[in-house]
Amino acid sequence: MNAAIEVTDTTVRYGDVLALDNVNLSLPPGRVCGLLGTNGSGKSTLFKTVLGLVPADHGRIRILGHTNTQARRKGLLGYVPQSEQVDWAFPVRVRDVVMMGRYGHMSARRRPRPADHQALTHALERTHLSDLADRQIGALSGGQRKRAFIARAIAQNAQVLLLDEPFAGVDKRSEEHIVELLRQLGAEGHTLLVSTHDLAQVPDLCDQALLLQRRVIAHGHPAHVLHPDNLMQAFGTHTDQEARAWTC
Amino acid sequence: MDMLTTATEWFTIPWSFAFIQRALLVSVVAGVVCAVLSCWMTLIGWSLMGDAVSHAVLPGVVLSYMFGLPFAAGALAFGAGSVALIGVVNRTSRVKEDAVIGVVFTAMFALGLVLISRVPSQTDLGHILFGNVLGVSDTDIWQILLLGAAVLIVIWYKHRDLTLYAFDPVHAHAMGINPRLLETLLLGLLSVTVVVALQAVGIVLVVAMVIIPGATAYLLTDRFEHMLLISSAVAVAAAVTGVFTSFHLNVSTGGAIVLAQATAFALAYLFSPRQGVLFKGRIARRRRARTPGH
Ligand SMILES: Nc1ncnc2c1ncn2[C@@H]1O[C@H](COP(=O)(O)OP(=O)(O)OP(=O)(O)O)[C@@H](O)[C@H]1O
Ligand SMILES: [Mg+2]
Repeated sequence: MNAAIEVTDTTVRYGDVLALDNVNLSLPPGRVCGLLGTNGSGKSTLFKTVLGLVPADHGRIRILGHTNTQARRKGLLGYVPQSEQVDWAFPVRVRDVVMMGRYGHMSARRRPRPADHQALTHALERTHLSDLADRQIGALSGGQRKRAFIARAIAQNAQVLLLDEPFAGVDKRSEEHIVELLRQLGAEGHTLLVSTHDLAQVPDLCDQALLLQRRVIAHGHPAHVLHPDNLMQAFGTHTDQEARAWTC
Repeated sequence: MDMLTTATEWFTIPWSFAFIQRALLVSVVAGVVCAVLSCWMTLIGWSLMGDAVSHAVLPGVVLSYMFGLPFAAGALAFGAGSVALIGVVNRTSRVKEDAVIGVVFTAMFALGLVLISRVPSQTDLGHILFGNVLGVSDTDIWQILLLGAAVLIVIWYKHRDLTLYAFDPVHAHAMGINPRLLETLLLGLLSVTVVVALQAVGIVLVVAMVIIPGATAYLLTDRFEHMLLISSAVAVAAAVTGVFTSFHLNVSTGGAIVLAQATAFALAYLFSPRQGVLFKGRIARRRRARTPGH
């Protein structure tokens, strides 16, 4: 069976900045993988490389056996952006944003059909946003905003989901809800790569973890990846506790 | 009674002149086309691009007059050409985009000025720069109507994709919808729209028409559909006010139209229920008054 995400010998530079150094990873389908690393360790860059947004110096990317161009055309890739990248003052409602997830399924004019409306309703229900569907996207709390973009990915029904820090600025209750939602998506066969700074949450959320510091420091079972030796390499601190304090 | 007669006459007297009717037609059509596009322009932040495209068409207009072509032909060629040039220089040099835009549009405008100084005097620089809506010919009107309709049809067909591009181009990319293509489409629409508005207000003021109505509407609503309606309404009201005022006060028509739009913006800026500065100030004061310790 093809890996959901396969990155082989991939190096990415921005001018002189080496952002990813010979990264190798292979994610089986239906897993939730936590992507861990300090600020600037290359997490967002890895997402952008998988999406084909930044070109790799060299290396090979495969998504369920397809190149990223093919995968995008087939609607296999979903993306939940880091909050800083979203224009929250944009005059769109929650339902408009979620409906945008359906555009890949529509004809050139993007006129929603009954199946699209059904997918919209379903995605809003799963993320508990039905009552807020007519709010402007910026008129939501931090946790609700994240859920709106997860709803967009659910409506899109993408096989492989890339979530860039879905827990930033989210309180404990919303976080639990999002964790549960992501676990369910994994159980339904979606593959999720989730970047996060909250190490404590990794064992609950993830089947696997990947520790990144320009290159892959460790990849595998969360307990193995969160071993103090690995954390010291990635975060440069001595104990697990310190690493936790540093990243929270 | 007398007031009413005066008010009615304020409209009926100019209306009896054919050139005023034509001016109104052109200003309203150009205004609405610009207003619709302006909603995307304001949200993406393309006012400098609007300024650039409008100035860059000058050599095209002059060349059209020289060779007896429809003015739209040359204007379109130079509008689209300079957008492409901006894209190429931007991608192949380290200079920031706004600097590239600044270089290209001033260079094109300068080329236009040089050309016009060598052309026999039947082209009036003033008319090109500041508009000549009271003297539009039948051919001009047809060009404006055709191009305006084309822009509106394309927008109607692609508006959801254009909004997707404005809101989240990365998501468009992830779904296999090419944002570069949508950007190109929007720039093409901008070039054509600028040409549509050229006769109404002239090169120098076109940028106002593709920014102010959208910016005004953005102050008044959180719904994109409502933005389209409000900005179009602002444009129509400003076109009518502008044309009639310029008749009565004998002032520049293009200037009057843009001033009317700017007035609408100022009113929205001050009095918008949600975004208006006066209102916000009052709410903040009230809140402060309620907070204990103040
Ligand atoms: N557009 C860019 N141009 C130049 N350098 C960049 C660019 N984007 C990122 N970088 C650099 O590449 C490195 C990796 O950045 P990236 O955004 O991938 O980190 P990250 O792990 O997502 O960090 P964070 O946790 O802060 O989101 C950093 O050193 C950053 O400064
Ligand atoms: Mg990041």
